[in-house]
This record gives sequence, structure tokens and C-alpha cells, in this order.
Amino acid sequence: MKGRGGLADTPLITIALLLSAFGVLIVYSAGQTDVPVTYVAGAWKRQLAWLVVALGAAWTAARASVRLLEWLAWPAYLIGLALLALTLVIGTGAGTAASMKGWITIGGVRVGQPTELAKITTALMLARTLGSFREPPRSLLELWKPIAITFAPFALVMLQPDLGSALVFVGVFFGMLFWSGVPWQMLLLLASPGISLVLAFSTGLWGAWFLLFLALVFWYRPYVVEGVALVLANVAMGVVAPILWDRLAPYQQRRLLVFLDPSRDPRASGYHVIQSQVAIGSGGWTGKGFTEGTQKRLAFLPAQHTDFIFSVVGEELGFIGVSLALFLFFAFFLRITRVAQRANEPFSSLVAFGLASAFFVHVLVNVGMTLNLMPITGIPLPFFSYGGSFMLACWLSVGVLARISAEGRGRADSLTA
Amino acid sequence: MSFHPNDIQRRGQIASGLFAVLFALLLGAFFRTQVLQHAQYVLQSEENRLREVPLPAPRGTIYDRKGVVIAENLPGYSVSLLSPGVDSLRAALRRLSTAIPLSRDEMDVAVRRFRRAPNRPAVILADATFEQVSVLEERRPEFPGLIIQASPKRHYPDGAAVSSFIGYVGEITETELTSRTYKGYKAGQQVGKAGLERQYEGRLHGREGTRFVEVDARGRVVREAGARPELTPEAAEPLYTNIDLELQRYVVQLFGDSLQGGAVAIDPASGEVLALHSAPTYDPNRFVGGIPADYWKALNTDPRRPLFNKVIQGRYPPASTWKLATSALGMEQGIVDLDTRMPAPCTGGFQYGNRYFRCWEKKGHGHVTLAQAIAVSCDVYFYQLGLKLGLSRLIGGGVQLMFRDRTGIDLPDEQASRFPYAVDYYNKRYGPRGWSNAVVLNLAIGQGENDQTVINMARFYAALATNGQAPRPEIVRRNPERTPILKLTEAQMAGLRRAMAGVVSAGGTAASARIDGVTLAGKTGTAQNADVRNDHAWFVGFAPMDEPRVVVAVMLEFGQHGYRAARIASKIIEKYLKAPTTVLPRQEAGE
Repeated sequence: MKGRGGLADTPLITIALLLSAFGVLIVYSAGQTDVPVTYVAGAWKRQLAWLVVALGAAWTAARASVRLLEWLAWPAYLIGLALLALTLVIGTGAGTAASMKGWITIGGVRVGQPTELAKITTALMLARTLGSFREPPRSLLELWKPIAITFAPFALVMLQPDLGSALVFVGVFFGMLFWSGVPWQMLLLLASPGISLVLAFSTGLWGAWFLLFLALVFWYRPYVVEGVALVLANVAMGVVAPILWDRLAPYQQRRLLVFLDPSRDPRASGYHVIQSQVAIGSGGWTGKGFTEGTQKRLAFLPAQHTDFIFSVVGEELGFIGVSLALFLFFAFFLRITRVAQRANEPFSSLVAFGLASAFFVHVLVNVGMTLNLMPITGIPLPFFSYGGSFMLACWLSVGVLARISAEGRGRADSLTA
Repeated sequence: MSFHPNDIQRRGQIASGLFAVLFALLLGAFFRTQVLQHAQYVLQSEENRLREVPLPAPRGTIYDRKGVVIAENLPGYSVSLLSPGVDSLRAALRRLSTAIPLSRDEMDVAVRRFRRAPNRPAVILADATFEQVSVLEERRPEFPGLIIQASPKRHYPDGAAVSSFIGYVGEITETELTSRTYKGYKAGQQVGKAGLERQYEGRLHGREGTRFVEVDARGRVVREAGARPELTPEAAEPLYTNIDLELQRYVVQLFGDSLQGGAVAIDPASGEVLALHSAPTYDPNRFVGGIPADYWKALNTDPRRPLFNKVIQGRYPPASTWKLATSALGMEQGIVDLDTRMPAPCTGGFQYGNRYFRCWEKKGHGHVTLAQAIAVSCDVYFYQLGLKLGLSRLIGGGVQLMFRDRTGIDLPDEQASRFPYAVDYYNKRYGPRGWSNAVVLNLAIGQGENDQTVINMARFYAALATNGQAPRPEIVRRNPERTPILKLTEAQMAGLRRAMAGVVSAGGTAASARIDGVTLAGKTGTAQNADVRNDHAWFVGFAPMDEPRVVVAVMLEFGQHGYRAARIASKIIEKYLKAPTTVLPRQEAGE
């Protein structure tokens, strides 16, 4: 099955390595503060060590045949779910997210975040299911399997509670449905209750959306039962939302409110976003210089080595540094999309695009958050944010993608031949 | 599901397009923040990290007329704390109190200061001792937000002897900060609170400088200097006064600790204030760097009222010192001259209607002329002169002579003297039938509805001592202002002065106050007040009689007899005339 180029998809690996190197440099800078925090100051060394481990894991993953992954999809998915459930029982919080139960801890040592593993196993499981479809679905009911597969880990993650990671599952779900050929009207209908929920906070907005949604229903004409169910679901979300709102934890309510209006309480929750914007904005074209950011040095920037690491890029390397980082990410996504296009069968193609979707939600939400374009969800930035299990998960994905690329290239070559 | 290569190709294009659009949006957002709004965010990040530490400017030095220092600045230290919030400030204060003892009150004051200006260092000790500073410097790493700043502190070498006119300084209050007078002032600054310090605050305070220190998010000082160039403070110009410090010290010494009242010496021609003292007084040096609470309490509860200026705020019945006003008005109206006698002789009293008005001398003075009546202060003579003038002319004349006015001395909080504005005053006060014409008798001898400040009496006598023009008293040199109030001939004026010299010669009421070799002129007064047994003692006079160079007004609360005040006044005058002062050339006239 090996292609002539071996296992290495050189552009993909190169981009990922560049991003990782960039990331480790920024983690190093994040540790350079005027009042040093030992744990953060030494973070870059541990990050570098994790990178080596992650590269080893990626190499191993690239050795595994895609067939093996397909065969493993079921058990891996179930193990992922089991670990997520276990986390809810014995999980612990960490660092800036101390109130969440995201970590599995054994003997006081945090061994990993099952959520990161579950993102990959869910993508595998969805690919397996969607890849077995012969016809595009004509009714939403036909999609019950992928919905169930996504909902299980989504619900378990929401219970931690970790809204950011839960969003990743939603992104993977829709990305893979799109890639499997589900018409966009159907995707919109599927997403409509969620959109209703988000817009329910403004009666006017929700009303406008609801009219649009009705027009879509009459134009696309789904089955009557489904149409009625969707209308009811949308109405319910518009009404239920305020009730759900009351059931959110106060800090979650605060975060959402601060997202809508960061000046609300500048000393508490809004403080983080404002300081991040100040850091980025004061960077200007060229930034304050590597390791020289005052917002970071003087601890005005929170979580500068994890959630808000991209603000350090903005403050110290300026718009030029930001553009470089975003360009690398963009190239990364284009390359993965190419891998998905060139995969030789549906399962591989779907896995590749599912992983791309997961990466994309991470980048979009994390980077958007630093400028207050997205809610603060504590979702890490791939290859940049400090954290071992996340680095491992990212490179495992890259390994899988390299394997898919290697297996698919032959077919791509044969097509052109 | 369709995984035909063409479909996959199309989906890949859509996905790539979507990625491109979203990345372009992100890039646009960063461009807006980093390039378009750059200036605004740079400002915010500078505000985050830089804290202004005020560098207080030395206040202007205050000199007396001979160039002797009355108020100066000594090197001092202030200790303050930078803090991101009230809670951390309290914690820092608790830690600090292990090194230097801090009372609960001092901590609360610091917290209040912080609340007023959270971005400025909250002052803990405005005037730290050298020992405190060295202890703190040694343990500096333990106190991250600590700022020790050299800060000049006010010092008055003569202390309590000058407080009656110099006043004192203190930290600006919240009310003052919001008033227009103190526009541009910042919390924590020292301002004049009384006396010249307050009157000339604008000229004395100089311009505050600023040092910038870099702090982190928790308010810890990371860099002390160099974060941004500092603005150096500008010292204020010195202030030259007319005070004769030697004379001032002598006046204070004469009052000692026991006497209570006020004294002022002015140059009758120019209105220059040579000495001004209100006894008892307070030590202005104790106000520097925050007055101790017990001292402040003692000052406010002392029945002798040290904070109340008895020269410009205290109002007392002028008693017989006012008889010169009655005399001058009678002469102005052509009713009497210095040798005119009244119809009834003094037999120790005077019957008016159904009331008998006593003279202070029970034996009576007999048939005296106006000049004699002034010398012996015969009440019966002035009862009759008052009746001849009539209430309306007496009051109108008194108003003309500025007995209802402030003198306009350059000190804050001067009180206007009390005097009826017209006859109508009595109708308003007591009702049209509630009073009788007998009030004119009381008014004529300086009692009744007439309360004068010591400085206002000094001004009136300055007019008597010169050509009838009352000068505006001035402590700091400015443009002199004189108001003609007496419309008498030169001969009449000279006659009045001679009559006043009679007060301080054999047979006069203040014979014991004579000065060898100098003719002293003046008038005693013994003012009735709420304390029936202890009248207030007055003496207002000038010397030399022919060409007066100094007017002195002395008022002793509960001094019982006018001659007691006269003795003090004569000593002040003697001291001044026998050690003549050389005045510095006028430096800056006007304000």
C-alpha cells in the first residue's frame, strides 16, 4: 500500500513542524516575565520534551494502516466514551480551568485529558458510519446514527463542563456531514434548533431567524413530520433558552455576557479579554519585540502560555507575526483538505476532513477569543498552547493524516497517469 | 453518499474557500486592532504599567521685612504604597506594620487616600523619620509596592510665635478637591489651610513634578526609574512680608502663656502689618505631615480657643476706644470742638428719662472739655454728646467710618465688624416700640450694638494718626489702598491727637503706660461682656504723637482694666521705635 514517497507528506509535516517550533518559541517567551513564575518559566522545556514524544507518537501512528484504524474505530470510540465517563467521576481540574473536571489523575499525577482522545475517536467513528452510507440521506431521521455518535461525547464533555471542547464535537459533526455530501439545506435545518437557542436572547433576532427558517422549510420541503418537529424544536429553543440560561453556572453566564459586552466588569471576567486586546493592539505592525511584551511581562495578560498564547504573538511580533502564524494555519488547512480530496476511499477522506474540522474549530475559537470575537471557552490553540496531552493529540492527528496521504497518493498518481 | 472524485473536488473547493474567507476575516480583525486602533491600545498598555509618583515641589519661602526666614522647607521623606486594590493594600499595610508600627487609624486613612486616587501611591507616612526610612529600605524586598520619596516638608523656625498670621499646611481634603479654587490639584498634595499659607496658596505651592515607576498587574514595583523621563518639580517664588519678626517675637513674649487676646501693630501711613498675634496660639509645625489626633482634639476643646484668631475673627465691644469716633463725628458736625463743655457736669452719672446712666468714675469728673473728657474717658460727657448728635447721625457716621466693614487684610476668614446699618436696625430687631432713644447713650461710649475686630480698631486709629485716611492692612507687600474717612481740619486732627496723648500722661486713664522720650497717644477701653466681673481690656494708640510711625491695638480678653492693655501696647511701641527697622526695597508690589 506504500506510495513511492514513503510515509512522509512533506508539506504537511513541514507546516506542522514550523507551527510547533513557532509555538515552543512563544511558550518560551510566555515564561519570560518580570516577576518569574517558576512553573511557567520552565514550561518551554517540558513543551519541547512533549513535542519529541508527540513526534514519536505521530511516527507510530503513521505506521498503522488506515484499515487498522477503521477496524479499531468501534473499540476506540467506546474506550473514549468510557474514559470521558470516568473523568466525570474521578476527574480533577487544572490551572486556569480548576473548576472543570477535565483531567484523569493517577496517584496525584495528571496523565491526560480524555477529551483530546475522544475528539479523534469520535471522528474515526463518524467516518466509519458515514462512509458506509450508500445514498445521501433524504430525511433527517436517516442521520440518527451520526447524531447519536456525536451526542454521547458532546453530552459527557458538557457535563465537565467544557463548552469549548463540546463545540469541537459539533464542528467535527457538521464538517463531516458536509464532506459526506449532505445538502447544505439539510445541514441548516439540522443546525436550526441550535441557532434558535443562541438567538433566543434577542427576541427580534430570533423572530427574524424564525421567518427565514420557515421560508427554508417551505422551499426545501422535508417530510411533514420532520418539518413540524423542527418548527416545534425551534420554538421550544426560543422559549426554553431563558430557562436554560438560569441553569448555567454563574461563571458561564458571566463569560457569555462578557462576550457580548466586555466592558461589563473590567476588573473581573471582562478583564481577561480587555487585557488581551490591549496586548494585541499595542503590538502594532512589528510588535514590542520577542519576549519584550509589557502586558505579558507584567502579568496583565492572563493565561499567557495557554488560552491567551496568541495574544503574546500579537503583542511581541505585531501584525506581521500574527499574519505569519495565521498564514501557516491557513496553509495547514489547505493541505489537509488536499489530503482529504486525494484519499482513496470514503473512510480515509472523512477522517482527514473530520480532523481538519476539529483543528479549525480550535484555531477559530481560540484566536477569535483573543480579540473578543468568540466567547472565552478555554479552548487551546493547536501547536502553541502549553500542554502535553493536547500536543500529543495534535501530532497523533498529523500522523494519521500523513498515513492517509501516503495511502491516497498512489491513487491520485494513478488518476493522473 | 457520493464520493465521486468530482464531488470531492467541488467540496474541497468550497471548504478551502470557507477557510480563506474566515482567515481573511480574522486577519482583518487583527489589522483593525493592531494597526488602526494601535494608538489607543498603546495608551492603555502604558496606563497599565506606569504609575505616577508625585514629586512635591518645595513651597515658597516666606521672609519677614528684614529678610529673616519665617517659613522654610526641610528635607523629609514620605512613604507610600502602590496597590491594585483595596484588599491587597490592606494586606500590604498589615505586612508593613511588622516593620513600622501603624495604628488602625493610619491604615484607614491610607485606604481612604487610595480610594480617592487608586493610580497614585497611597501615602502612609507623609513625614517619615530617618529611622523609619532606614528600617524600610533594609527590608524593601518584603514590600513590593513600597515607594519612598524625598519630599520637602514645611518648617517654621519660630513655631507658635508666627502661627497667628502664617497659618499651617495640611493634606488637601475631598471637599477642597472638588472646589474650583483647587482646580488641577491632586489627592495627597499639601495645601495651605489657614493664614498666609492659605491666602497665598497659589503663589506658594509651586508645580508638582512626576516620576514614573513600572508596576505589574499586582501593583508590585518592577522598575523604579527610567520607564519614562521624569518631570522635575518647580519650586515656588519666595514671599516677602511686612512682618518685623523681632517685634513679633517680642509681642508673643509679652503675652506669655497666661494672657489671652490679640494684638496688632501696623504702619499708619502704609498699612503694613508689623506684628500680629492672637493668644493663645498653636504650633504650626505639628500640623506638618498630619496633625496628631490628640493635639487636634486639644486645640478644638480648649476653652481659650487657640484656633480662633482674636485679631481678625474675634469681635468685642470697643468700649471707650470708640469715644474717639463719637468725638470725631461731633467735631465733623460742628457740634463740639476740643474745648467745648457739655451742659451737665459729671457727678458720677447721668439721668436720662427714667434711667440713671453711670460714669465709670463714681466720684465724677466735673465740668470737663472734650479734650479732658477723652483723657479721663468721662462717660457722662459722651452720653450728652451722643444725645446732641442723635442716633441717626451717630449710626450714619459710624457706617462712614467703616465700623461695619472688613479691613481687607490679606488673611482668610476675616470677620466683618458689627454695627447697626441704620436706625431701622433697631425697629427690625426689637420692633418699632421695643427700644428707646437710650440706645444712643450706650452707642456713644462704645457699648451696645457695636462689636469691633482688633484689626478694624487699629485701622480707625491709623486714620486718626495720619490725615484721616484709613489704610488697608497688608502683611505681604501689595499696592497700598487708603480710604479717606475723617473729614476734619489738620488743626482738629492735631487737637485730637494731643487729647489722646493726655490719656497716657499724668491724670489720664493710662498714665502708667508712658514711654520715656516718646509722646504716646491712645485710648483705653474696658468692655463689658458676658463675664460681668472680668471686662475685656482695650488699648489702641500710636506714637510718636506728632508724626506717628506705628499704631498698636491690644485687646485682652477678661483683662479687667484698659491700662493693662495700654502697658503692653506701650512696650510694643517702645520696642519698635527704639530699634527702628530698615525696610527692604519694595520687590513686588501688587498681587
